[in-house]
Amino acid sequence: MSRKAVVAMSGGVDSSVAAALMKDAGWDVTGIMLKLWSGPAANNESGCCSLDAAEDARRVAQVLDIPFYVFNFAEEFARTVVDDFVGAYAQGRTPNPCVTCNRAIKFSALAGRARAVGAEALATGHYARVDGVAGHRRLLRARDGAKDQSYVLYMLDQAELSWTHFPVGEYSKPEIRDIAASLGLRTAHKPESQEICFVPGGKLHPFLEQAVPEGSRPGPVLTADGSRIGTHRGFAHYTVGQRRGLGVGVGLPLYVREVRPADNAVVVAPAEEQRITELDLSGVSFVGADSPEVLRAAVMTRYRGPEATGRLERRAASWLFSFDEPQPPAAPGQAAVFYRGEEVLGGGTIDRVR
Amino acid sequence: MRYLDYAATTPVLDEVVEAMLPYLRGTFGNPSSVYGVGRDAKKGLEEARERMAAAAGAVPSEIVFTAGGTEADNLALKGGAFRARSMRRNGNHIITTAVEHHAVLHSAEWLEKQGFRVTFLPVDAEGVVDLDALASALGPETVLVSIMLANNEVGTLQPLEQALRITREGSRALFHTDAVQALGKVVLNLEELGVDMASFAAHKVGGPKGSGALYVRRKTALEPVLHGGGQERDLRSGTPNVAGIVGMAVAAEIAAGEVPEEAARLSQLRDRLQEGILAAIGGVKVNGAGAARVPGTVNVCIDGVEGESLLLMLDARGIAASSGSACTSGSLEPSHVLMAMGVRPELAHGSLRLSLGRATTAEDVDAVLEVLPPVVERLRSIAPSLSRKATPAPAAVARR
Repeated sequence: MSRKAVVAMSGGVDSSVAAALMKDAGWDVTGIMLKLWSGPAANNESGCCSLDAAEDARRVAQVLDIPFYVFNFAEEFARTVVDDFVGAYAQGRTPNPCVTCNRAIKFSALAGRARAVGAEALATGHYARVDGVAGHRRLLRARDGAKDQSYVLYMLDQAELSWTHFPVGEYSKPEIRDIAASLGLRTAHKPESQEICFVPGGKLHPFLEQAVPEGSRPGPVLTADGSRIGTHRGFAHYTVGQRRGLGVGVGLPLYVREVRPADNAVVVAPAEEQRITELDLSGVSFVGADSPEVLRAAVMTRYRGPEATGRLERRAASWLFSFDEPQPPAAPGQAAVFYRGEEVLGGGTIDRVR
Repeated sequence: MRYLDYAATTPVLDEVVEAMLPYLRGTFGNPSSVYGVGRDAKKGLEEARERMAAAAGAVPSEIVFTAGGTEADNLALKGGAFRARSMRRNGNHIITTAVEHHAVLHSAEWLEKQGFRVTFLPVDAEGVVDLDALASALGPETVLVSIMLANNEVGTLQPLEQALRITREGSRALFHTDAVQALGKVVLNLEELGVDMASFAAHKVGGPKGSGALYVRRKTALEPVLHGGGQERDLRSGTPNVAGIVGMAVAAEIAAGEVPEEAARLSQLRDRLQEGILAAIGGVKVNGAGAARVPGTVNVCIDGVEGESLLLMLDARGIAASSGSACTSGSLEPSHVLMAMGVRPELAHGSLRLSLGRATTAEDVDAVLEVLPPVVERLRSIAPSLSRKATPAPAAVARR
């Protein structure tokens, strides 16, 4: 009997094909849909936890002739991903909920249940690649650079990579759609969903107004020297580096430089005063078995953002990343992910920028 | 496959298929038509009504065929409630229980939105309805009481005779019972029982899906829910599903005829299963064990095991069972029945329902007793407490 693999299926084309590719590779595949959210967004047509998505995933599993189950992680998801998301905005940060979800749900809670039911492999529809042998696995960017999702997977370690598969990472998106179409999967031409799955209709501001009322009260827009030049709609609604939506019109284009929850202020500055040279990081982890004290690497400070080079160094209770050249600002709360070429070395959470 | 989910549905009996086939092949007529093939269909329909009535202890004119148990429940609740509303002098209060099937529960909730006042009676830890609460809820405004005969998730039988007596003493309300899970499990005599309405579904007793009936005691007035050609005494318009109805009648007749012996046999098997589980697995609570139950249903909460993984592993080992009821195992909410019985939500997530039926043998029971304990042991040993990264690390993490 072939060995059992659990594939996390979302009802999208990528995880559909991931299941097909695992089956094709000889695994005894079980599809599992994660029910993550039962709030209003669950009834969205596009939401990844919607009834339509579940039916799509179930139909794909039927066509592939694999068993399919829905597992409820709504409680864990609310307790980790949503709480973390809301908590970060309340602190004036800009979180990446996919990173939290991968860490706390997909490669943790789901992985635990998959192991418990006897799976020897776990696969998702992420665009990334794994190579190397046990103990020396490498996490790599996807072949299709435009679709690469390795950024949100930086927290994976050797133990996790030893049994994790990203089958679609070897293909381009059009190839994945072609495979889905050739197998007659109904998800072949499904549009991509970029929305945060638990935010109803993808409308972040109404969600934050409800979830973070203390960050949704108007307050001052300040310049670096402290003079008030306008009024913002609530600090939680601003991200460092953001230009639009400030409601201030002075000659120069202004960007958010800092979000200060303590005095409900948003500090702005013109582009040339925005450059940063250092990041303070916490929660740093490495893909490799060894944890270096110092590391030269390229860093990405947002999903699908540009890379910049610099040096990572361990400090007493945190990590410091120093850029080789001044960079546009990064937003606290986002992940800083270290790369060497195609390889993900590790990453952490941005606490402060200088 | 070992099929232990008879409360979800049952295999269609060969006799039922044989009885249905003529109405799918030659006798295709519309029973409302006057010519031969229509008359033949009508004859099949009315014979079925007689057999169904006999199986339930009713007279034929009291049987209204529907497209299943859910429709029967909807007709009883909505038809009863709106009839009361149309008679202006009547009240608008409805009483039901917290452990009804969703067909009753959600109909009652919908009626609330239409302006009716609904009381959901609590149950005790065994799932038995609180009769004192019924007595104090009843009043001159009460127009409808709906209490199920046997619960679909835990099998608890409700004290219908007492409930009915209390209802008759305290009101002029119509009394409906969802008897879907009781057919073929207990001796049914609706005439004697004295309820005004009772719902049935064919597929729980070896009949086809999409076929059901509502018993409507003579002189009980209802508003129809479906409007159209006025079939079924104007209570259920639509060309009757003759083949399905014939299948239902045959299935109900067989099931009712076998009740005494089959109930005894299933009770024995159920006890063997229940005792076997309790002996082999620690931390098990049998839900509804302290009450009168239909034979054949065992609902257990297994500490430290969540139902989804359990069903997956049983499925992989050829055992078909369900967590909560089949209708809700897709929705993954903790069972409303277990919650009403006071089971903690985290335990209600781990519930397993094994329901036995006509083709269940001692070998099936023993197969479960062989497979279940090691599966539970495995799930407990590797359980989701593995979520070592359940909360993001707050500060720098040194590698292990």
